[in-house]
Amino acid sequence: MEKDLRTTIKEIIRGHLKKKIGKVFGQCLTAVGWVGGTLPELYEKDGMVEVSMADVADGGFVVGAALMKSKPIYVIRYQGFNWYNCPMIVNYACKSKEIWKTPCPIFVRGIAMEGGIGPVAGSSHHSLYYRMPGIKIVSPMTPKEYKSIYNSFLKDDSVYYVSEHRGSYPNKNELPNILINKPDLVIFAISITRFEASKAFEILKKQKIRISLINLLWIKPLKISNGIIKNLKSSKFGGLVLDDDYVDGISKSIANDLNLKSNKMVYTLGLKNKTAGTGKNLDNLPPNSKEIVRFVKKIIKDK
Amino acid sequence: MIIKNYLWNVFKKTSLNRNFELSVFEYVKQKKINLPTYLSAGQETISASISEICKQKKIKPLIFGQHRCHSIYLSFGGHLDRLILELLGSKYGCTYGMGGSASIHCKEINMFGHDGHMGTQVPIGTGACFQSKKPTVVFMGDASAEEDYVLGALGWASTKKLPILFIVEDNNLSILTEKKIRRNWNMHEVARSFKMKGFNISDDPEEIFKYKKFFFKEPMLLNINTNRLFWHSGAGIDSDKIFDRYKILMKKVGKKSILYDKKINQSMNKKWKKISEQL
Repeated sequence: MEKDLRTTIKEIIRGHLKKKIGKVFGQCLTAVGWVGGTLPELYEKDGMVEVSMADVADGGFVVGAALMKSKPIYVIRYQGFNWYNCPMIVNYACKSKEIWKTPCPIFVRGIAMEGGIGPVAGSSHHSLYYRMPGIKIVSPMTPKEYKSIYNSFLKDDSVYYVSEHRGSYPNKNELPNILINKPDLVIFAISITRFEASKAFEILKKQKIRISLINLLWIKPLKISNGIIKNLKSSKFGGLVLDDDYVDGISKSIANDLNLKSNKMVYTLGLKNKTAGTGKNLDNLPPNSKEIVRFVKKIIKDK
Repeated sequence: MIIKNYLWNVFKKTSLNRNFELSVFEYVKQKKINLPTYLSAGQETISASISEICKQKKIKPLIFGQHRCHSIYLSFGGHLDRLILELLGSKYGCTYGMGGSASIHCKEINMFGHDGHMGTQVPIGTGACFQSKKPTVVFMGDASAEEDYVLGALGWASTKKLPILFIVEDNNLSILTEKKIRRNWNMHEVARSFKMKGFNISDDPEEIFKYKKFFFKEPMLLNINTNRLFWHSGAGIDSDKIFDRYKILMKKVGKKSILYDKKINQSMNKKWKKISEQL
């Protein structure tokens, strides 16, 4: 039986600690849910380190651990906590190899979720890391993707920001790209939007709208094959980048890159430009399948 | 005898530091160094004393500093030529020309570069110490000590009982803003409130020596009162009435200090001239 993503992450963490590749740091790791069930029930003696509640300093502790030729994993339970946790990771660890020829590899697990949890705890915040040289940003949503990212990290000495989403933890299925010959539009989906993009793909297919669906695993560096660029070039209406973060960040940058490579218009759809409230109608959620369908149809109509 | 040897060795290191900084001062003034430069003149006995104590204890610690770190680098045995090259912007410098004055890095002496954000060396050094369990010295200024994440790091170092020594080089100034304007508390008392040893002392090498018995046995913070002789950055003098520990140390060591200082001064000038001409 295929394992879900949750179990896959848990096994990777267990192996990481057992092989003493590095410690796992984070706040409240050993709490009831063990970070959505993605951590094995281990403690400091095993290398699972509960850091203090001093977020900014905690990021520094992990940087220091990485300088000691270990490969720590840093668990950030809500991506919004990165605002206080990432300063030393992006300003020190990401630059260390370039400035001091001293690698400082960290596997940062930033975990997103949504739904009535407000503007800090809610959604992905991976754009925060995006501008800094030396960072690699990925967003695995499937077991195989996660394994491939972790193996890549083991062979690498860079800082990895792994943009996770709790909504993907039960997922057992791989999400292959769907390339349609001469599509109307190419959708490039990031993080949790990939699941809704799949649903939107099916709805649009029934309406005879031809969509290619590309899953963006590697966000920085942006890994997109020539075949996909060709497919975008051959599209009738260009592309659409979907994100679980505000569009004024990664998605607009990627859209620009794709535009330059294909000479096609590339649109973005992500969080709305407003602050999320906790009330039911005040939230700011990533685009769902209906919104994606509506947006795609608008692009086609406007053209 | 022990203290005599110690003082002489601290003096030699301080002399090296001082004469280095005097050369840098001249080069900055003549615009031969064209990058932000933070002179540690006036504060040299601190790193000279700490490094000498480490040497006596046969300990090669991990070292974390920030700007105003030339003396730290030299005291712990960093290569003089490579620091000169660094300040002259050469890729053969100790930080490959990337760090300049503010971010000295040297693998040979376990000194880790600084990212430019004041005080980040404190949590980063704490994390390195936690991971490696190696004796660690973290230097900071009295202004950096006010960073919130410094306080978080002190708390964690105490909780984990790390073999770490926090040194606050307290020159009373953040650029030119005095400590009493910025805060009404003292770092050694903050350390004590975090249940670690904390002391407020002067930069007299003999006074620093008294605390060596506590080094690396448990976390400790020494707030060492000192004086910055020159401007915060660049080559200038805020006042000609600043207390200079080096002069006191020379008197303590005796006549041989004058000869030694002269010798170092001459060789330092030659060294700078030779290296800068080669570039």
